[in-house]
Amino acid sequence: MNAGQSRYGYIFVSGYTLLLLAFGLLPTLYAIYLAFTRNGAFVGVDNFVRVFNDYRFLPAVAHVALYIVYWLISLIVFVVILAIIVHAIRVRWLGNTARFLFYIPGAIAGASSVLLWLFVLDPTVSPVSGLLRSMGYESLVNVVAVDNLPVVFTVIAFWAGAGGWIVIMYGALNNISSDIMEAARIDGAGPIQTAWHIQLPMLKKWISYMGIMSLAAGTQLFVEPKILAQATKNVVPEDYSLNQLAYLYAFRQNDFSGSAAISLVLLVVALGLSAVFIFRGRLFEHD
Amino acid sequence: MTDLAVRRRRVLTPGQWIGRALVTIVLLVFAAFFILPIIWLLLAPTKSNTQLLLESPFSFGSFDQLAGNWNELFAFGSGVFSTWIGNSAYYSFAALAITLLVSIPAGYALALIEFKGRRLLLVTTLIVMLIPNTALVLPIFLELSAARLIGNPLAVILPFSFFPFGVYLTYIYFSTAVSRDLLNAARIDGAGELRVFAQVAMPLATPVIALVGFFSFVSNWNNYFLPFLVVGGEKIPVQVGLANLLANVPAFNPTTVGSIVIQLPTLALATLLSVAPILLIFLFAQRFLVEGMTAGGTKE
Repeated sequence: MNAGQSRYGYIFVSGYTLLLLAFGLLPTLYAIYLAFTRNGAFVGVDNFVRVFNDYRFLPAVAHVALYIVYWLISLIVFVVILAIIVHAIRVRWLGNTARFLFYIPGAIAGASSVLLWLFVLDPTVSPVSGLLRSMGYESLVNVVAVDNLPVVFTVIAFWAGAGGWIVIMYGALNNISSDIMEAARIDGAGPIQTAWHIQLPMLKKWISYMGIMSLAAGTQLFVEPKILAQATKNVVPEDYSLNQLAYLYAFRQNDFSGSAAISLVLLVVALGLSAVFIFRGRLFEHD
Repeated sequence: MTDLAVRRRRVLTPGQWIGRALVTIVLLVFAAFFILPIIWLLLAPTKSNTQLLLESPFSFGSFDQLAGNWNELFAFGSGVFSTWIGNSAYYSFAALAITLLVSIPAGYALALIEFKGRRLLLVTTLIVMLIPNTALVLPIFLELSAARLIGNPLAVILPFSFFPFGVYLTYIYFSTAVSRDLLNAARIDGAGELRVFAQVAMPLATPVIALVGFFSFVSNWNNYFLPFLVVGGEKIPVQVGLANLLANVPAFNPTTVGSIVIQLPTLALATLLSVAPILLIFLFAQRFLVEGMTAGGTKE
């Protein structure tokens, strides 16, 4: 390490470090400050207790948890199956087309994808209105009944997000040496045995990566219930998810301390998951 | 018997036949699931409200009707939709410029320059990169509101500019694609650090600049939560505006009392236009996507 170089090192990272402090560290510290104070006075865990005792808090946790369970299961099962199937396609253009079709919905994210799904889930205009009607749904409000929401959000999230993961898994499958695959075939392993005994173990670290990232993202559920609440005049409740509740605390009740307490809980979960993965996982070993 | 001969004469057993049929069905069902909503979205703006409700979902209306819906959308609120698109472009490009300006040197330094605290900065970057970007939105809102920046375009642009994933991509790129020896050779020739960066590293960095630019733009353009909280009125980007349009759609909000209403095909057109830039980038930059998405684990 020489002093001249090291000085330039600091200059090169200075802009980014400022942003990291301003929009990574500082908001976190400020949220911690708000969460443990009220009107400037230290109140210990009072804000957390108040928020946890809010009658809307536990239902919101339950909603988000149920959604995450559905979402993780569908991601892990279908992404792995589809990646293995697409990987097995020998015809090049067919495989490329399949991957392309799977990931193109990823371009439609955020509010746009929710809006599009409003149409798809509304039996009066839906491209699959026959399917919705055969399941007994006559209007959008029927489809997005509260009990259906975890499935509805799972479908929306899967539609927009699964393709990217399929492409990633496909890439990982390509890294399995063809010798191993060939050896398995000669030993008489069928496609299912090969998938189970060779491909699946090789995908393990990617599956856990996907699981942890999706778990962290799932806890953040906001835009989907927010827009559905707006579209259905609160048939979908406006306090359905934890982030919505944190939003209501800040904007409806003007209670920034309560809002900070909820955000902090969510942030700790996300940071914990991310840290576990970086320190225990082996995905980012470059150094 | 050679391998080739086996393949040529392979006759599928009933079990294999069923297996193949099942696989084909699974593929077709999922392909339909992923693509039909998009095809519907491309066709819906060509219809009138009645056509949308009564005709087949995958029929084409007419170009006249498309023009009609287009005019209705851009006339709404005396052209507020173009303002929203303009805001989105402004926020996304401004943040993209700052992101590139700070991320490229930072990733370069993390990969190729030794300095104290390098490892700490790297690990912090990884951790922040892996937390969902929504996790910091409310804390950032609270902070900006204490700094009285709410409503200012900077309240969107500056947080957007903080893009740890871009730093990580640059770091990976420089640590795998550029060797320290090359830089040292330039140093021995008497080049200062700035010249080494500008004249040796930067010319090699075009691919990673494009990659970071791509991901930064897509994530800025699609962001809903942050701008929803920190800007309002005429300053909202199209993602937030789209949700506001919803309040004027009588089909979803029968109680709408507003004098100007938006018909469903117009809302579909707005949805399509709000994602059009990203959709186009996706179509033309497939290779990028795959590269960036797999950057984490493949060292090759």
